[in-house]
Amino acid sequence: MKASLDRFADRAAAEGLLDVAYANVDSPFGPLLIAATPSGLVRVNLPAYDPEETLEELAARISPRLLEAPAKLDDVRRELDLYFEGRLTEFDLPIDWQLTDGFRKKVQRAIARIPYGQTRSYTDMARSAGNERAVRAAGTACGSNPIPIVVPCHRVLRSGGGLGGYGGGLPMKEALLRLEGVLP
Amino acid sequence: MLPPFQNLLDEHAADVMGVLRGAVGRSEAEDCFQETFLAALRAYPKLGDASNLRGWLLTIAHRKAIDHHRANGRRPLPVAEVAEVAVTDPEPDDGIWAAVGVLPPKQRAAVALRYACDLPHAEIAAALGCSPEAARRSLHEGIKRLRKELA
Repeated sequence: MKASLDRFADRAAAEGLLDVAYANVDSPFGPLLIAATPSGLVRVNLPAYDPEETLEELAARISPRLLEAPAKLDDVRRELDLYFEGRLTEFDLPIDWQLTDGFRKKVQRAIARIPYGQTRSYTDMARSAGNERAVRAAGTACGSNPIPIVVPCHRVLRSGGGLGGYGGGLPMKEALLRLEGVLP
Repeated sequence: MLPPFQNLLDEHAADVMGVLRGAVGRSEAEDCFQETFLAALRAYPKLGDASNLRGWLLTIAHRKAIDHHRANGRRPLPVAEVAEVAVTDPEPDDGIWAAVGVLPPKQRAAVALRYACDLPHAEIAAALGCSPEAARRSLHEGIKRLRKELA
């Protein structure tokens, strides 16, 4: 049966019927759900969140033509593995931004440009997105980042040096910052 | 709201494969399985009623099995047991009809009308535009010649 299902995923993709491919991958923090459209990586679900709910949300917001097709996410999985091993400092993956829009999207695109091992404040992100006073909205945008880790919202901290928040939990944010050498 | 299509595979793929193996045989079931789920995936976003997804998938599978039988109309279907049914009305042997084909026209027509169309002598005569005796004679000559031909 598995061979039939793999063949089906391949044929669905070949016929342009696979709108969202997803895979469950391991990470040092627990299982991640990653999802991509033909345009690029669209969602990374951290272990703190229920993957089933995320899949239902993807079916509702993008397309119910959603299949588990790990082969379509080989590049993403490989880069994530290298990143967690400390051997990759810059993701080179096409991104599909369709789950975000407006000011949030501007903030998230600015987050994507923060270099490895550096941090920015929420105020910095508000300024980068074109509205220095919208600090609270910038914080919300970080919190609603659909593609955490690859779009590194863990690099955004409070202006005073406090860690701020993290959807995956503060221990994970600290661990990522240690991995990148920001924290000892 | 429609659930992710993967859920349909997780929950119903085994049933669909089972139904198809019964309908078209093990070796052909794989193709029908692919056709069934591709058709379902194509139609899925526009499916209005998601209350009976299993029934919907099995209906598509049934249609694909019928399509498959049509496309392979003459291929015998492997079955576990062969039913014991008397064979009636065998197809005419090609050799006989080839021989009929080379009879003189009147004899050929009489033989065909009698044995292929099952007409009585009077109607053969009407069809050939001759008397019933002449029709009977043509038929008789034709059969005599066929017997000699095929002996």
